[in-house]
Amino acid sequence: MPRVRFVQQDGSGKSIEVGRDVSVMLAAVRNGIHGIDGECGGCLDCATCHVYVDEEQASSVPQPSEEELELLSAVSGERKPNSRLSCQLKVPAPLDELVVHVPARQS
Amino acid sequence: MTGLVIIGASYAGVQAALTARDAGYSQPITIVCDEGWLPYQRPPLSKDFLLGRISEQNLILRDEAFFEGKQINLVLGQRATLLDLRARQVTLAGDNALEFEKLLIATGSRARRIAVEGADFDGVCYLRSVTDAVDLKARLTDAAEIVIVGGGFIGLEVAASAAKLGKKVTVVEASSRLLERAVSPVLSTFLLDTHLRAGVDVMLDETVASFKGNDRKVSAVVLDNGAVVHADLVLVGIGGVANDEIARSAGLRCTNGNVVDEHGQCETSDIFAAGDCANHFNRFCESWVRLESVQNAQDQAKAAGLAIAGARAPYENVPRSWSDQYDVKLQIVGLAGQYDRQAVRGCVDGGRFSVFYYRQGRLVAVDSVNRPGEQMAARRLIAAGISPAPEQAADPSFDLKSLVTAGDKAGA
Repeated sequence: MPRVRFVQQDGSGKSIEVGRDVSVMLAAVRNGIHGIDGECGGCLDCATCHVYVDEEQASSVPQPSEEELELLSAVSGERKPNSRLSCQLKVPAPLDELVVHVPARQS
Repeated sequence: MTGLVIIGASYAGVQAALTARDAGYSQPITIVCDEGWLPYQRPPLSKDFLLGRISEQNLILRDEAFFEGKQINLVLGQRATLLDLRARQVTLAGDNALEFEKLLIATGSRARRIAVEGADFDGVCYLRSVTDAVDLKARLTDAAEIVIVGGGFIGLEVAASAAKLGKKVTVVEASSRLLERAVSPVLSTFLLDTHLRAGVDVMLDETVASFKGNDRKVSAVVLDNGAVVHADLVLVGIGGVANDEIARSAGLRCTNGNVVDEHGQCETSDIFAAGDCANHFNRFCESWVRLESVQNAQDQAKAAGLAIAGARAPYENVPRSWSDQYDVKLQIVGLAGQYDRQAVRGCVDGGRFSVFYYRQGRLVAVDSVNRPGEQMAARRLIAAGISPAPEQAADPSFDLKSLVTAGDKAGA
């Protein structure tokens, strides 16, 4: 089973198993990862699941849609080139572990 | 007596347990819920779930491993029937009892029932729980003509889903416009046009007099004006009612829900409430409000969870919500209420615009249609107490985010 590692602001991390068809956001919520709210359940309405994809892996995930980019343009935490909404992210094959960093705030 | 007992395992109940635990609450936590399901996502029930785009399994929000990991005891399928504040005890159906040191009431709300002749006929449905949704989805498969009673969020979302499934849909709304309590006339008209274009029949200023049936199965809706609309399925969406009976009977103060402070605390110490069943004073709305939204449930529950753990941070967020109908993404921040001025930004006919609402010169709410970036900027403006001039708001070339950034710098 592929995994996602969530790294918090203080550097602490937690790695959890996630199916390739389950979003990183849902995996976070189901496992109680601090700092990822995912209020809207993944329909691109709330921007409360902002994460930074690890820089070394940024090119491994598909590019964000125009709609996601529009939401990302106004996230509450710092916007970076590797900012993504985790509801739109899945662990892409052949990656075994996707590493994402949780921002300081979501709203 | 020890530990925290939470009544209700939806967004508020689960969030409060999680926040309390993460904030260092070390006593036992028990969540009791009358539903037999693991906590699930409610927003998709009226949309993607009805359309078959999300399975029952993928509705699950938190699974057993989550509760085990957080050492939270989950008791499903058991209704709390009695609350005794003096004995600090919650009685469950079947006469089991849970003792508590602290209690959080997160009993939510239920669909308001329609009280007309024939309301108990088979085929007159409501949508609140996953059980309702599974039933409605099955009935939709067989139905051809559907009448939706109520042009609010639930009614319009189900209307959109049913229309997408190729059904003949009629919406009956008692007021003169759709979503009257939530949005401005500009939005109501836009949504009306959207539904009409999708082939939905919308009857405004009309109320239901009775339901007709064959063998106690609904066959038609009779309106007060005498008109008869055929229906083999009826969905009633006429608002929600707070589930505050258990709190009331225990003597807790309830006025349209449990009255709570900014920490989700009731007037009785160690007793908290959050989510749809709680009524709080919201400084952005300048009024007491009982909100039915995921954001309110989660954010209020966070404040309550922190207070339960002894680490206090007040709940003072701008209310926000959303609705998806067809290709319309409607996002709302703030409560417009009695606004005295509005500014429209973007193109209403093109289906991409925001409406800014002002009260005494202050920006109090923004509705956005397919303008998520604008909505995000508006949320931050209202939270920061920054009001663009109405002329700036209406000018698409004016950069709203520049005000947010300026505000951040001023506050830094």
